[in-house]
Amino acid sequence: MTDASRELFVQGNDACVEASIAAGLKFFAGYPITPSTEIAEGLAQRLPKAGGVFLQMEDEIACISAVVGASWGGVKSMTATSGPGFSLMQEAIGYAAMSETPVVIANVMRGGPSTGQPTRAAQGDVMQTKYGSHGDYQVIAFAPAGVQEMFDLTIDSFNYAEKYRVPAFLLSDAEIGHMRGLLRIPDKVKIVNRKEKGVKRDDEAYEVSDSLVPPFPVFGKGNKAIVTGMTHTDKSKIEPEDAKVHSELVTRLNEKIIKSRRDINKYELIGEGSKTMIISYGSAALGAKEIATKDGNVGLLRLKSLWPLPEEPIQEVAGKCEKILMIEMNLGQLYWPVKRACLEAGCKQVEFLPKIGGDPPTPSEVRNKLRHMGAI
Amino acid sequence: MELFEFYRKDRWPHVFCPGCGNGTVMNCFYRAFNEVGRKLDETAFVGGIGCSSRIPLYINSDAMHTTHGRPIAFATGLKLSRPELKVVVFTGDGDLGAIGGNHFINGCRRNLDMTVICINNNIYGMTGGQASITTPHDFLSTTTPYGNKEYPFDLAEIAVAAGANYVARWTTRHVHELTKTLKSALQKPGFSFVEVVSQCPTNFGRRNKMADPTAMLDWFKENTVRRDKARASAVDHVDLNLAGTVTIGEFVNRDRECYEELIGVEKHGH
Repeated sequence: MTDASRELFVQGNDACVEASIAAGLKFFAGYPITPSTEIAEGLAQRLPKAGGVFLQMEDEIACISAVVGASWGGVKSMTATSGPGFSLMQEAIGYAAMSETPVVIANVMRGGPSTGQPTRAAQGDVMQTKYGSHGDYQVIAFAPAGVQEMFDLTIDSFNYAEKYRVPAFLLSDAEIGHMRGLLRIPDKVKIVNRKEKGVKRDDEAYEVSDSLVPPFPVFGKGNKAIVTGMTHTDKSKIEPEDAKVHSELVTRLNEKIIKSRRDINKYELIGEGSKTMIISYGSAALGAKEIATKDGNVGLLRLKSLWPLPEEPIQEVAGKCEKILMIEMNLGQLYWPVKRACLEAGCKQVEFLPKIGGDPPTPSEVRNKLRHMGAI
Repeated sequence: MELFEFYRKDRWPHVFCPGCGNGTVMNCFYRAFNEVGRKLDETAFVGGIGCSSRIPLYINSDAMHTTHGRPIAFATGLKLSRPELKVVVFTGDGDLGAIGGNHFINGCRRNLDMTVICINNNIYGMTGGQASITTPHDFLSTTTPYGNKEYPFDLAEIAVAAGANYVARWTTRHVHELTKTLKSALQKPGFSFVEVVSQCPTNFGRRNKMADPTAMLDWFKENTVRRDKARASAVDHVDLNLAGTVTIGEFVNRDRECYEELIGVEKHGH
């Protein structure tokens, strides 16, 4: 909770810093990488004064590992990175999912593959966020489209990571991270803390059943906790050969997120009921938003949460319109599951406007595509 | 503390083969831990992946069984979020020196208050006997069927060079010295590193004419040189290790300030 509401003119990465302090971050480990570095620099400055620890480590694998370790000490922990660093973190992200560790990972996306375009925006890590580590698992991911949302969705990332004991991602990009704008920091911020083993509280984290999200045994409190990435029973007994134990565990890890989808879904809907709807997110949605605000024939479903896929709002929109245009800053990632959801909902024409190279699609590029589709 | 207060009896039988050196190290550690008066509820144990990294799961305290090579990184986050806990890492030569080498040297450099015990069996035991970064030159393994043409890492010397406060190396043949060293390590503020050269009769000894665990213990007796004696005779101890002879003893015992003191994290309450 912050002491009073404040207004700042800052870049998106700074908004993430402010939000993580407000959310109660106590441990950050980072490694310098463009375009996310300002988050680490900001927290190096701010976190020690907020009673937390900032640590610059030897690589991104160390960062995410330390962040998971710190979370078991019972504190909110986070790292921030971009493409190459995100790739290095994948194994430990799977570990966090398997061990049900609440952690927040901010990924300020840049153009890939490989070193690609360090200073330019892209949305190429959307599928990696969900599928980057091996095995079946679910995560929660948010996509901010401005400075204020970089703040709001960072808070949400912490809250949902805590509530569901899962890695949560802030999937920003170079455009949003470096965009400057007005940030209003409210005097009160809604905070959710993890359900702790042996502690009774009366708040949101306790709404989910223990069978879906078990209480978290903090280290150093006599819990004799066992944390492992290996297949384990609900008593943390390692049973890597037991088909039933594995199936029950992994199914629960997936279901706890899938079944909570309605709680996690976040989106903005403009021009509801329009014959043509654009579906987009993050900086890719900025040009489309300008059109949808002005043109009565075109609406916009802007996804603020990407994982779990917000099936309900997508299908609701797709069931009522004739044409859908999906816009992403990649060559087709979320387009495919969105298209599947739209076709299932009965929308016959689902088209795609990809844009890579670093610049978000401009309003005129979106209009051109809409004209080709016969939408305007 | 009785033996079965220290260990989780319900997690036995353990995964270790007959003749494995891990039991010896566990026994020495249990004694040292008891004698210095450490408490289980004030200690957390962290392991990576491999046979030795399984040890934390058998100890009756908070335990983290992490990803391969990263236990020191996980332990770093845990220690900084709960500085009042003593953090002990159990790891192996592959986990610490190969895949986790970067975290090892930077852990020593950072000098956080933790004790890292590396059980060096000179082989990848759990996966069936592949050469590791400490397999001696010309020894056999499943991935060096014509003899290991590489030369081994000297983990203890690396720890000294990288800045750890306390570094020692013994073998499973030297149980009294090892127990004493573990006591020193557990009491030492800052990064303490103890390497224990250990026998893997199943996957190392069997391929190198030492299938009997006692043959390996004899090998440790015959092929170790006390570091102080090696120094006195002006023999370069690093060369000794490359030649297949292992220097043992206390390598360094110094008092660099630990990282958490320097950043004042001990003052952070919960």
